[in-house]
Amino acid sequence: MPVERLEGVRLGKTPEEIEEEVRRGVLLTSLDRAVGWARKQSMWPATFGLACCAIEMMSTGAGKYDLSRWGMELFRASPRQADLMIVAGRVSQKMAPVLRRIYDQMPEPRWVISMGVCASAGGMFTNYAIVQGVDTIVPVDVYVPGCPPKPEMLMHGILKLHEKVRTTEPFK
Amino acid sequence: MADAPTTPITQHDPMQAAHAIDESTGEIRQETMIINMGPQHPSTHGVLRLLLELDGETVIKCTPIIGYLHTGIEKNTEYRTWMQGITFVTRADYLSPFFNELGYCLAVERLLGVEAPPRAQVIRVMMCELNRISSHLVWLATGALELGAVSVMLYGFREREVLMDIFEEVTGLRMNHAYIRIGGVIMDLPDEGIAKIERFLTDMPARIDDYERLLDANPIWLERNVGVGVLSAADALALGVTGPVLRAAGVAADVRKDAPYCGYETYDFDVPLRTQADSYARYRLRLEEMRESMKIVAQCLERLEEPGPVMIEDPKVAWPAKLSVGPDGIGNDPAYITHIMEESMEALIHHFKMVTQGIEVPAGEVYQTVESPRGELGFYVVSTGEHRPYRVKIRDPSFVNLQAIPKMVEGFLIADAIAAIASLDPVMGGVDR
Amino acid sequence: MSSHAATPLSPSVLAERVRTRCPDTIVSRDEATSIVDRDELLETLEWLRDDDDLSLAFCSSITATDWPGSDPRLWVVYELRSMEHHHRLRVKVGLSEGDAHLPSVTPLFPTADWHERETHDFYGIVFDGHPDPRPLLMPDGWEGFPLLKTEELGGVNTRFHGAFIPPVDTRTAT
Repeated sequence: MPVERLEGVRLGKTPEEIEEEVRRGVLLTSLDRAVGWARKQSMWPATFGLACCAIEMMSTGAGKYDLSRWGMELFRASPRQADLMIVAGRVSQKMAPVLRRIYDQMPEPRWVISMGVCASAGGMFTNYAIVQGVDTIVPVDVYVPGCPPKPEMLMHGILKLHEKVRTTEPFK
Repeated sequence: MADAPTTPITQHDPMQAAHAIDESTGEIRQETMIINMGPQHPSTHGVLRLLLELDGETVIKCTPIIGYLHTGIEKNTEYRTWMQGITFVTRADYLSPFFNELGYCLAVERLLGVEAPPRAQVIRVMMCELNRISSHLVWLATGALELGAVSVMLYGFREREVLMDIFEEVTGLRMNHAYIRIGGVIMDLPDEGIAKIERFLTDMPARIDDYERLLDANPIWLERNVGVGVLSAADALALGVTGPVLRAAGVAADVRKDAPYCGYETYDFDVPLRTQADSYARYRLRLEEMRESMKIVAQCLERLEEPGPVMIEDPKVAWPAKLSVGPDGIGNDPAYITHIMEESMEALIHHFKMVTQGIEVPAGEVYQTVESPRGELGFYVVSTGEHRPYRVKIRDPSFVNLQAIPKMVEGFLIADAIAAIASLDPVMGGVDR
Repeated sequence: MSSHAATPLSPSVLAERVRTRCPDTIVSRDEATSIVDRDELLETLEWLRDDDDLSLAFCSSITATDWPGSDPRLWVVYELRSMEHHHRLRVKVGLSEGDAHLPSVTPLFPTADWHERETHDFYGIVFDGHPDPRPLLMPDGWEGFPLLKTEELGGVNTRFHGAFIPPVDTRTAT
């Protein structure tokens, strides 16, 4: 039975809720969770460094910040082996078609982090040369603000994405 | 390598048309292969694209294609105030932000006919030399990574993090600092910053010795670098190449010595020279440069014992706001806020005018150079006497140096191309601007 | 090759010497600037490059500025540097509107290649005789010359599937 130790915070499930879960199929829900967990634990980012943010992305992968704590230190050179694209830096008009092409080469399921304000919205470069937000080209899951974001901020964005990947239920 | 994602070589690409067809017979050449490296390729230092014509593994023709990071920085500066220009130029070559800021500010100061106070000049020199070390560390880390030495990459970034901490302590930001301002620097060094720099100076020499022990006689490193990417002095000068690449060919060209700025003529340092003009010579030269930079930083620390202003007094030029370190980081000084908000209406008006409208710079044009980690960084700045620049042209050394790639690569193996590009140390943010 | 011992010519001495060939040479803010006619550009640069006293053999930078409403409208700017003597000279060439072409200096200075391509990208100036006049920084098929003063900073039309994102100042919250 559910317990309520703090006001408004309920742990456990009522019999009706359990019945509802059975009706939805216990096995399927568990598989969803298992798949979500597995995906989150083995993300392979593609190297997609563009500008200043790419240097911070490399710092994040290097010793001090150490992305390998989340099993993500292995930046893949080929997008065909990657499921996460970190758009790190300003996207120029010339680069935009290339970026989309690389995204298309990534196998499903795939996620995109827009790192830094230039990738997210064009940033300070409101001009002829820069795409005003990479979300006009590819769907973005997490936006990380900053110019450039500190490695901690990128890690925060990655953890948010992990949360999203974990709770996505692919078989529903 | 051919697996890397590429932009298709389309029909309208004249390079393909020009080289796939034998000019003498008019037939398609069978024996060579054209591969497209980049723009998203792990070994091209960013979004550089190379069109390589190969005969087996030998590069016959190499055509660099750039512009994938063209940011319109020069156009953007024409629409912003003089002070805002700093935030744009600092993002051009993102591995040497202090140099960009310094070159631009020196150019504007020359247009204004003013000079920053001595203490500010010393701080500028010190931050630039620390920046030179951090930039060379990224070159070492990425260059070694591209040749398969992952451990060197981790070491390079480990030391760079120490410098990033210093930069953050001093400027509030790890990159793109906008710390050097027209008429000085935005705020004085914090005590903790100086302590960190002193610690860095104590630790770093042993680290550079470590790199040398790791790489100097490493057979793989020698095999991949000695005799690779050779660029003779005459070729380098004709192609406009400057910086470590030129000095590794035996030409003692260094703006810090040839046209000193910020009092460089008063510092005791050497310009390392090599004559072999290959990748390995550039590697040795850059390590020596890091040592020389530390010598300069040590001299700066001595000079910094004397206190003094870090921003010019002239209220028509100086940035009005005062910054200080609060519990949540660097921000506006509470005393200054009180002054303009509660005590002095004139100060408030002055602050408002300076921040929104900015300074006025007399009409004219200057070309100011500084020696960035990659060579001669020039700023051609034109003013019409208004509140914003009329033209800011950045002569970025990466842009010019990159022209030498075909010369360094053609006739050699494709694997050597990677080492040659790495030894050139181009930063695409500076190339494409 | 070069050494640090050689003394640079002061800008005024340099200008005095350059005036023997280009009378329109001024000194301002410690920099010497020569204004040269388009037809004399190549010979002048060659002389500046090969003269022993001047030896301005290093071409640092080539760019342009745009002055709409005045004639000449475009100024092409060459920054020359002497590696031996450590002095500098700026050479400027004026171009009228509608007649924006001048000889390429790539035969004298190979480094001019990319500088001239960039200047063409930005200002539409044609460098006659350039060996490889393709766009350098701008994408193939880009229309317009972004650094002309008559061009706007940017209404940003992304090239992907015709998406259009207006500039920030004109965006409205809907």
